[in-house]
Amino acid sequence: MRFGVVRFPGSCDDVDALLAAGRVGDAVFLWHRDRDLQGVDAVLIPGGFSYGDYLRAGAIARFAPVMEEVTEFARAGGPVLGICNGFQVLCEAGLLPGALLPNTSLRFVFRQVRLQVADPDTPFTCACPSVLSIPVKHTTGRYHCPDPVRVVLRYAPGENPNGSQDDIAGVCNEAGNVLGLMPHPEHAVDPLSGSVDGLCMFESIRAHVGRHAAV
Amino acid sequence: MSAATQPSSEPRHRALGLTDAEYDLILAALGREPSGVELAMLSLMWSEHCAYKHSKKLLRRLPTDGPHVLVGPGENAGAVDVGGGLAVAFKVESHNHPSAVEPFQGAATGVGGILRDVFAVGARPIAVLDSLRFGEVAGSERSRYLLERAVAGIGHYGNSIGVPTVGGEIYFEPSYEQNCLINAMCVGLAPCDRLIRSAAAGEGNVLLLLGALTGRDGIGGASVLASAELGDGDEAKRPSVQIGDPFAEKKLLECCLELLDRALLVSLQDLGAAGLTSAASEMASKGGVGIDIDASGVPLREPGMEPFEIMVSESQERMLCVVEPERMADVLGVCEHWETLATPIGQITDTGLFRVLNAGELVAELPVGLLVDECPLYELAPAPPTSPLYPGAEPQLPAGAVASETLLALLRSANIASRRAVFEQYDPVVQSRTVRRPEQADAAVLALEGAGAIAVSIDGNGRRVACDPRAGAAEVVYECAANLACVGAEPLGMTNCLNFGNPEKPHVAWQLTEAVEGLRDACEALGVPVVGGNVSLYNESPDGPILPTPVVGMVGRLPEPSRAGRLGFVHAGDAIALVGRFCPSRAGSELAKLLGDAPAGRLPAKNAEAIGDAHDRVRSLVRSGALSSAHDIAEGGIVVALAECCLAGGVGARVHLPDGLDPFGEDLGTAFVVSGPPPALTGCQVIGRVGGDTLEIEGLLSVEVRDLADAHARGLDQLLAWDE
Amino acid sequence: MRARVLVRPKTGILDPQGQAVERALPALGFDGVANVHVGRLIELDVDDPAQLPAMCERLLANPLIEDYEIVEAVQGHG
Repeated sequence: MRFGVVRFPGSCDDVDALLAAGRVGDAVFLWHRDRDLQGVDAVLIPGGFSYGDYLRAGAIARFAPVMEEVTEFARAGGPVLGICNGFQVLCEAGLLPGALLPNTSLRFVFRQVRLQVADPDTPFTCACPSVLSIPVKHTTGRYHCPDPVRVVLRYAPGENPNGSQDDIAGVCNEAGNVLGLMPHPEHAVDPLSGSVDGLCMFESIRAHVGRHAAV
Repeated sequence: MSAATQPSSEPRHRALGLTDAEYDLILAALGREPSGVELAMLSLMWSEHCAYKHSKKLLRRLPTDGPHVLVGPGENAGAVDVGGGLAVAFKVESHNHPSAVEPFQGAATGVGGILRDVFAVGARPIAVLDSLRFGEVAGSERSRYLLERAVAGIGHYGNSIGVPTVGGEIYFEPSYEQNCLINAMCVGLAPCDRLIRSAAAGEGNVLLLLGALTGRDGIGGASVLASAELGDGDEAKRPSVQIGDPFAEKKLLECCLELLDRALLVSLQDLGAAGLTSAASEMASKGGVGIDIDASGVPLREPGMEPFEIMVSESQERMLCVVEPERMADVLGVCEHWETLATPIGQITDTGLFRVLNAGELVAELPVGLLVDECPLYELAPAPPTSPLYPGAEPQLPAGAVASETLLALLRSANIASRRAVFEQYDPVVQSRTVRRPEQADAAVLALEGAGAIAVSIDGNGRRVACDPRAGAAEVVYECAANLACVGAEPLGMTNCLNFGNPEKPHVAWQLTEAVEGLRDACEALGVPVVGGNVSLYNESPDGPILPTPVVGMVGRLPEPSRAGRLGFVHAGDAIALVGRFCPSRAGSELAKLLGDAPAGRLPAKNAEAIGDAHDRVRSLVRSGALSSAHDIAEGGIVVALAECCLAGGVGARVHLPDGLDPFGEDLGTAFVVSGPPPALTGCQVIGRVGGDTLEIEGLLSVEVRDLADAHARGLDQLLAWDE
Repeated sequence: MRARVLVRPKTGILDPQGQAVERALPALGFDGVANVHVGRLIELDVDDPAQLPAMCERLLANPLIEDYEIVEAVQGHG
């Protein structure tokens, strides 16, 4: 099982995503200028401030050469997980519906939040319990989508940190193989630092890839 | 060399901040009048900020040797050996004056600057901490604004560049109203053999400028040298506030670390105060070489910049390195990969001269020594103040208040209330090393790959140092070390920032001299060396100087991160013990402040040996894994410390204080409140038990934890009127 | 040709920045202020102004949440 972690100039949680994925399988970096996905089984687009969040978060990253390959990979059914800035990139790239807007408070927020798994039938949640404790850290995390959308994760009642419609924390595409979420599962994998509830998401991906290995 | 014209008849050198005597020294050394460019360079290098002319002699009093020291004072950052082949580099710096002008960018560029100091020695920044001081926010719109913008600026820079902000402190005192303090500390990690120094070397080697374009940022006072008067239509030419760009710095950081990993550089230096002049001259001075710089080769953000502007510009996110010509192609390849501009702007010579050329014309030629080493150093003329310097204030608490009311008032007060609303604006977890986040323990704890963990704390004090500079400053060091002990860490080294008023005034000189002696007393008693630091002087307003405020940052090591201590009580039934020879008094305490007292009164002498013993005791108890919690007794005294343990643990306690112990008196850095299963605390002075949902102190007070939480959680928010 | 593009949040989308500014102005003594929205200005020299709408659709604005307006396209620069 090999994860590919995309790296843009300005990505911050790329190393963290690599470390987390590395607990569950092999993990390699995919440099933004490279078109070679190195035969990975799943793609992670990590958190951070790609291109400084200039213009709009994710607006420039979506045009990186590597994103063309990621788009094809996603269209072919490969699992793609976008975390925080990664979620923003996926929305800008049209791989997920909706957009992320500035937090209602207009401030950056770091907080450990409880999430409810609204859809356990995705490659990212199939091995997860129904409630997860995972941190958020962002300024632009308010999800907005005027059309119907497949909600995968919601902030538990009272814990919405950014004003997202319908308490939405993560959504996937219709086919269910592309997930974007604002919380950071890669920061909930180490017992030394607290909750390990994020690990199950990486384990879900491995389980899913394992089941579809014949493809 | 072109002469400068200026609008006033004041001599140029005075307009630039040089005294007549200093100017005479320059004339004597050069044997001629300096050119405009030379004068600009000298005026900055001989400023207090760059030359430390009032503090350098004093700073030599501080101990700098230690068994773990790898890099001592004098380099971009100090560094200590933490075992496992790893070094930790760290430093604290102030950015007080720019932050008073533009707090968001001032604080942001303060963080940017200290990050560069750390990666300039080859260490990857892994943590930021900040110590902030403002005027009383209750009565001051301006102080609320400064706090809000400074916090936003620190968060913006640290979060964007992917370095966690893992700790800090915020204090409010009237004397900081006109002079806020923004001290930023950075901690970095490197394999010991990647540490690099800044000494330039190798005649013929190339001086390469990396990073952002050069503009008119921070030129300030030197603008009197502009060849043309600045007219009304010349907005574009006016010196501008430094704007930080964390994205540019992220690329620059990765570029520099890769260059160092591949051993492609001879030396590296960051550009900070006085820009190119300071960076290049210090590199040359350390290496005993000369440098030729071509100002016209520097890539500019704005057209038509004059050579003096280019040489003193404080544009951010730039580094200078020395490269052997045969390595240049590889170096440029790395820079291109990280989208970092790299421009050769000069070379190393053997002349011992700092020469600046502009399109082939020589515009400055100064001996390196004159710029860096020959600035006169001044003796301070200390004398104790003859009258009180700091007034009292309106009492916030009636003198006859009962203990429970006093406790709630203290928990609600700006200096003690929860800082959650602030640290939630910082990312404390990026890079996946953080084992203890803010409010979980008294120090931040960061795991090192396979080599244990480090702990970091930043602590300062103004009020108690004002009462008694020597004892108060020593106390700051003890408190910082105590914070490290609470997580089980042993201090390895210290950095300090001295924030004081005008040192030419005898009473400030006295505060500074006494405070440095106090730092020395404590560093020697604990065996903690100083590996670097910073001084910020002239923090004064017409009302007088700020409280004398030494700020100290310490790094320590603990072998087992899974046993890092925690602040809050955990299990009902745990025993609570007092560790340390605790001798509290009211002078300079938070309660005294609430009662309206001016900071006055000598602090009782401390027993350094007893303090060391208490720290050792707590450290080994924590390391043994036997304790549930450990917390040092600081502001507000033992009752506040107990309340904080209840709040962090969400559980009450029943306590019987030792007879005659002042419940709200303070004695920082000497004593601790610890909890654990009763067998773990045999031999300790047990004072109570964890349990219930009330904090009960026999004969004194009984308050529900819920009410403590209410006061503590909303104290600062209510003052700042921040809504969610 | 010097062009200016104004980008603003679509009507109906919560604009907390606009709200914050709308609250702050009366506090400074400016009355009679309503309906404040905060957006972005992009200025650029373009050889072919006919490409501007496509630039806006693809990069300069996010059409899901933003409206754009090409305010000025005049001869000459700056």
